[in-house]
Formats: sequence, structure tokens, C-alpha cells
Amino acid sequence: MHEPTLSNRRALLSRGQLIGLALVLALACALPFVVSNYRVFQFTLALVYAIALLGLNMLTGFNGQISLGHGAFYAIGAYTAAILMDKFGVPYWLTVPVAGAVCLVAGFLFGLPALRLEGVYLALATFALAVAMPQLLKYKGLEAWTGGVQGIVIVKPDAPPWTGLSQDQWLYFVVLGFALALFAVGWNLLRGRVGRAMVAIRDQPIAARAMGVNTAMVKSMTFGVSAMYTGIAGALGAIVIQFVAPDSFTLFLSISLVVGIVIGGLASISGAIYGGIFIQFIPNVADQISKAAPWAIYGIFLIVFMYVMPTGVAGFIRILVGRLRRGRDR
Amino acid sequence: MKFSPNRRTAIIAGAATLANIGTPALAQKKYGPGASDTEIKLGQTMPYSGPASAYGTIGKAEQAYFKMINDQGGINGRKVNLISLDDGYSPPKAVEQVRKLVEQDEVLALFQTLGTPSNSAIHKYVNAKKVPHLLLATGATKWNDPKNYPWTMGFNLSYQTEGSIYARYLLKNKPNAKIAILYQNDDYGKDVLKGVKEGLGTKGAKMIVAEATYEVSDPTVDSQVLTLQGSGADTFINITTPKFGAQAIRKAFDSGWKPLHIVNNVSASVGSVLTPAGLDKSVGLLTLQYYKDQNDPQWKDDPAMLEWRAFMGRYYREGDPKDASNLYAYLAAQTMVQILKQCGNDLTRENVMKQAANLKNLKLPLLMPGMALNNGPTDYALFRQGQLAKFTGTQWQLFGELLGTSD
Repeated sequence: MHEPTLSNRRALLSRGQLIGLALVLALACALPFVVSNYRVFQFTLALVYAIALLGLNMLTGFNGQISLGHGAFYAIGAYTAAILMDKFGVPYWLTVPVAGAVCLVAGFLFGLPALRLEGVYLALATFALAVAMPQLLKYKGLEAWTGGVQGIVIVKPDAPPWTGLSQDQWLYFVVLGFALALFAVGWNLLRGRVGRAMVAIRDQPIAARAMGVNTAMVKSMTFGVSAMYTGIAGALGAIVIQFVAPDSFTLFLSISLVVGIVIGGLASISGAIYGGIFIQFIPNVADQISKAAPWAIYGIFLIVFMYVMPTGVAGFIRILVGRLRRGRDR
Repeated sequence: MKFSPNRRTAIIAGAATLANIGTPALAQKKYGPGASDTEIKLGQTMPYSGPASAYGTIGKAEQAYFKMINDQGGINGRKVNLISLDDGYSPPKAVEQVRKLVEQDEVLALFQTLGTPSNSAIHKYVNAKKVPHLLLATGATKWNDPKNYPWTMGFNLSYQTEGSIYARYLLKNKPNAKIAILYQNDDYGKDVLKGVKEGLGTKGAKMIVAEATYEVSDPTVDSQVLTLQGSGADTFINITTPKFGAQAIRKAFDSGWKPLHIVNNVSASVGSVLTPAGLDKSVGLLTLQYYKDQNDPQWKDDPAMLEWRAFMGRYYREGDPKDASNLYAYLAAQTMVQILKQCGNDLTRENVMKQAANLKNLKLPLLMPGMALNNGPTDYALFRQGQLAKFTGTQWQLFGELLGTSD
């Protein structure tokens, strides 16, 4: 397929996006030097969530499989990292890819039976995973590794001395590095052949099959890769928080991730970042507005966001940019 | 209501301690973060939302208590500002909120952060930052470890201490007991069990004839109780939380097993455990008490209880006067006030910690008569004693002397 006009426009778009990307990157690199360590820690967590959200968005946004259980993969990633560091003395940066690999396998295996389930039925099956996870982590047989309800305390990694960075700044850059790599991979994956196959399965499953897309394989792989992203986020999150316990990974985490992708923008790569910022900061804002009913305020935020930006923050920005461009063209 | 002389002296002594404002004050004023001529800033996280939100009332009662202290002129002229944040009982959220309290709000000390998971998550951080982490609202034993974690100090009577007091009582009064133990399969249950076993020492292996566990998610503990009964035990140590406590008490009675039944303090509430179990079926139960139960009729006209009720009526009207958490919060806040008073004008984090580990003979009127809080720099545990009580069918009847682990 060759469409010169389309690819031309795409190239134009990506020039604008390149400038935007460079700006955002410069900002992201400057950030830890202008705000306090506590804020750096919060932004680090927002980045961690953004990685998890990108994973979930692949599955739900691009592939149309709804998961209410990604908190479970987040937990598996976190525990993999924690156990490796605590019991086997593995360096922290090495635990992250291992956690990703474990979750890739776990996600792929869970994706196989989930193939038979569509829409809300899959949502329920994944929901079951999220509900079960905290209790599985408390299971007696696993206690030697998981530490049971007590959880595992992780030693916070120091920055290498040559950087002169504080622990929080260093972790921020570590997470930023992983995020950039994962977003680049995700970008390539979703904009290419695989991405088109995923979207085709979401929109026209029968047509996709007729076109020769191996639906089962793509769906399971999407589940696996999606879980891998979320698992990597979980591992990074555990290192940043320095602690894992069953109570850290309740059902609410899974729901928050779904909220994040919807608010950020379904089937949008940049949406993951907006979503990460939302789920990290909005509960705090709500808590500051009203101590008595923070979750009511949070609910109002959700409704307002959905009403004003029905396609998420990313969609809203896309519309704004489109309007600006049209105004300039005229 | 009759006043025993011992109770009256306890109250007077308690009042005297509380009135004893700022004795060792240094001439020069010294301030750490969060302290000034006019204000002392404290911070805490509380589960205002989430699975443990029932405990959120502790934070509200404590804020109300400090409001009362401030209305009365504050501590050495300084108002106490307790910043209480929601952590939803989620450890990651607790880490974030505590970092906010320490790094952004710059509190002088943390006070009564609630829950074992949340406190585990911040344990290393606060010690690295050298922030006083005081009077934690959890009974885990690990908070008393001044050698490795000098900045952390628990508040509750530790679960292990409670267990070992039961063991010592049995060793003394029923040395040939055949003991059956039911416990909740988590850190709390295992902590009490460890106390019992350590208290029994070498005789434990012979005395304990059966153990059974249950999960918080189990519907009942009936089968466990029957198994324990089948072991031929004549003594039953019941380490359970309220719902299961009530079930076990009822089952142990209905099944015709009439052991010497010790129920742990967590499940000793007349209102929420013994009444649903059946007051007639609860006659003869033993437990350990360390502060007064406001639902127990014997304290109805106790001056300390009246004072507490007046506080609830005036400063915390929306709080439930039947909820033991509100009384517990009052005790914790009183202890914190005493620590701050002892600091005088030296409000550095070092001195706050030093004074917190230097509580001597603090007789809070809501504690069991004759009880006092004591600790030192090598052993932070505040509660070392409790008093055994036997249930009469209407109330807990205290008996014997105050029991501790070291007497």
C-alpha cells in the first residue's frame, strides 16, 4: 500500500510532534532540579503509572479487551522485583527486566483462556484476578518469599557517586529512562503492522480474520505485552516506594488504572502520561479540597473530565491542535 | 458507685502528672523543624477511607483533643497543629503522605500513624530521616527496637506481652493445664502466640496440646473449636478478632466444653463480642485489660470516664461514645501531650525522642487503677502491665494484682 499524500501528512505531523517531544523531554529532564525531592518522588510515581497505563491501553484501548485486573500484574511485577532484591541480592536495575519477563509469561498464559471471553465477560474474569491477588500474596505456602501480610521492605538504591544526584532524583531518571524506552517500543509496535492488526481485531474481528490476521495469537500476545508493561511498572513502583505488601495491591489499584486510561485517552500513547498524572495527583487535590469527602470530590472530577473531554485528555488536546491548525490555514 | 482508695489515689496522681507542666525546661529555646514560639506541628496518616476506615475516628478524636488543649492555652504556650492525612490503609499512599508531612509540611514528629502495613512501609524512611515516629497505633512487637530503629516507638500493649502475661498466669495458677490455642493466621495472631510460647518457656511443649488457626475470610471457627475440644484440653486461649471471638465463645459453651477460657483483649468488648456471643455463655471468661471499657457499667460514674464523656460531648460530638477507639485516641493524645510538656522549650527532634523514651510513672486516669506508663532509652514499650479480669455475666471483674512480663 502506498499513499503519498497520507505519508506526506504523517511526516509533517511527526515534525511537529518531534519538536513537542523534544520540549517535553527537556522539561522532564529539568524537572527534578527545580522541585523538591518529595515532588520528584511524586512525578516518579506518575511516570510509573504512565508505563502501566500504556500497557493497559494496548490491551483495552487498541485491542478492545477490557481488563479490570491489571493491578494483579502490577503486583506480580512488584513482588518479583522485591523478592529478587530481598532474597537473592539481585541489583535493582536487573530486577526490572526479569519482572517484565515474568509478567509477559503470566499475561500470555492468562490471555489464552481469556480468548474465549469477550467484553464484560473478560472484564469479570480479570476482575477475579485482581480480587484474588491480595489473598494469594498472603498464602501460607508462599510466605517464605512474600513475607505474608508483613510484606517486604526494600533498600532504596543510591545514585552512583559520579552523578551527584539525590536518591529521588536518580530514581526519577532511572524510571524516566525505562519509560522512554518502553514508550519508544510501544510507539513502534502500535504504529506498525502489529498495531494495525490489534485495532482491526477491536473494530472488525471477522474482517481481520478474513484478512489473515492470526486473531488468537495477536490477542494473547497483546495480553502478554500489556502485562509485561504493567509488571515493569510494578517493579519500578516497588523500588520507588521501597515496600511491597498485599494491602498495596487492592482492587482499587486495578480500577485506578482503568480510570487512568479512560481519562488519559483510549487508544492514545500520550494519553498514558496524562492518565498517570491524573491518578497520581487528583486524589491529593481532592483531599486538599475536602477532608470530609475526598472521594466525592474525586468523583466530581471524573464526571467533569468525562463531560468536558469525552475522548480523554489526549483527544481533547488533539481537537485543540486541530482547531488551531485549521484557524491558521484559513 | 463506691471508690476504692487505690482508684482515688490513681486519679489524683494522674491529675498531678498532667498538671506538672514543663518541668525540665531549658532556659534557652531550641527549635527543630515544625516547632516555633507559637506552634508545634505534628503529622499522622489515618485510614479515613478504605478497608480500615472504621479506625479513622482515632485521628478525628485526636484532632479534637488537641483542639481542647489549644483552647486551654496550648502546651507551654504553643498550639498543637496535628496534620492528619488519609492513607486509605494503602502502604504506597502512606509513604507518599508521610513524605509530604516530613518534607513539605516539615512536622516536628509523627504521631499515631495507624496500621502495621503502613508503618512497615515508612519504618526505614523515618529512621533514615531521623524523624520521631511516635506512639504508633499498632500492637506489633517490632516497633520496640531502639537499637536498630531508634526513631520508632509503638503505643499499644504489644501482642507478645499480652500473650506472655497469660502464660505466666497459667504457670502460676494452673501449672498442669492442658492448653488449646485458636489464633488468627496473620502477624497479629502469630505475635500473641509467640508471646504465649515464650511465656511458657520450656514447659510450653508439654502444656500446649492443640493449636488451630483460621483465616479472616473464614465464615466460622466452629470446626476449629470442636477440634480443639477433641484434644482433651482443659484450658482454651482464644486469640481472635471480634467476629470470631464471639463465635468461639458461643461454640465453646454450646458444645459442652467447659475449659478455663482466656479471650484476648482484642475480643473482650462487652458490647461487640460478649453480647452477640451471649452474656450467659460468657460467664467465667478471663481477659487482660489495660484501659477502662466505657461500655462496662462499673466505670459509669468513674471521674476519668465522666471527663472523657464531657470531652466527647464538647469537642467530638459526631464521634460514637460507644466506640473504644475514641477512648484509645484520648489516651494516646494525652501521652503525646506529656511528651511535649517534658520537652519544655527544647523542641528539637532529638529532644522529642529523648523525652518520649523517658516517660516515668505516667498515670493516665483512664488506665486500669494503679497502672502507669514507663519506658526508657533501651526499652521503648510503654505498656508492660495489665490486669486480669473475669466476666461475671454483666461486667468484667478485675482480680489479682497488675501483671507484667518482668515480675
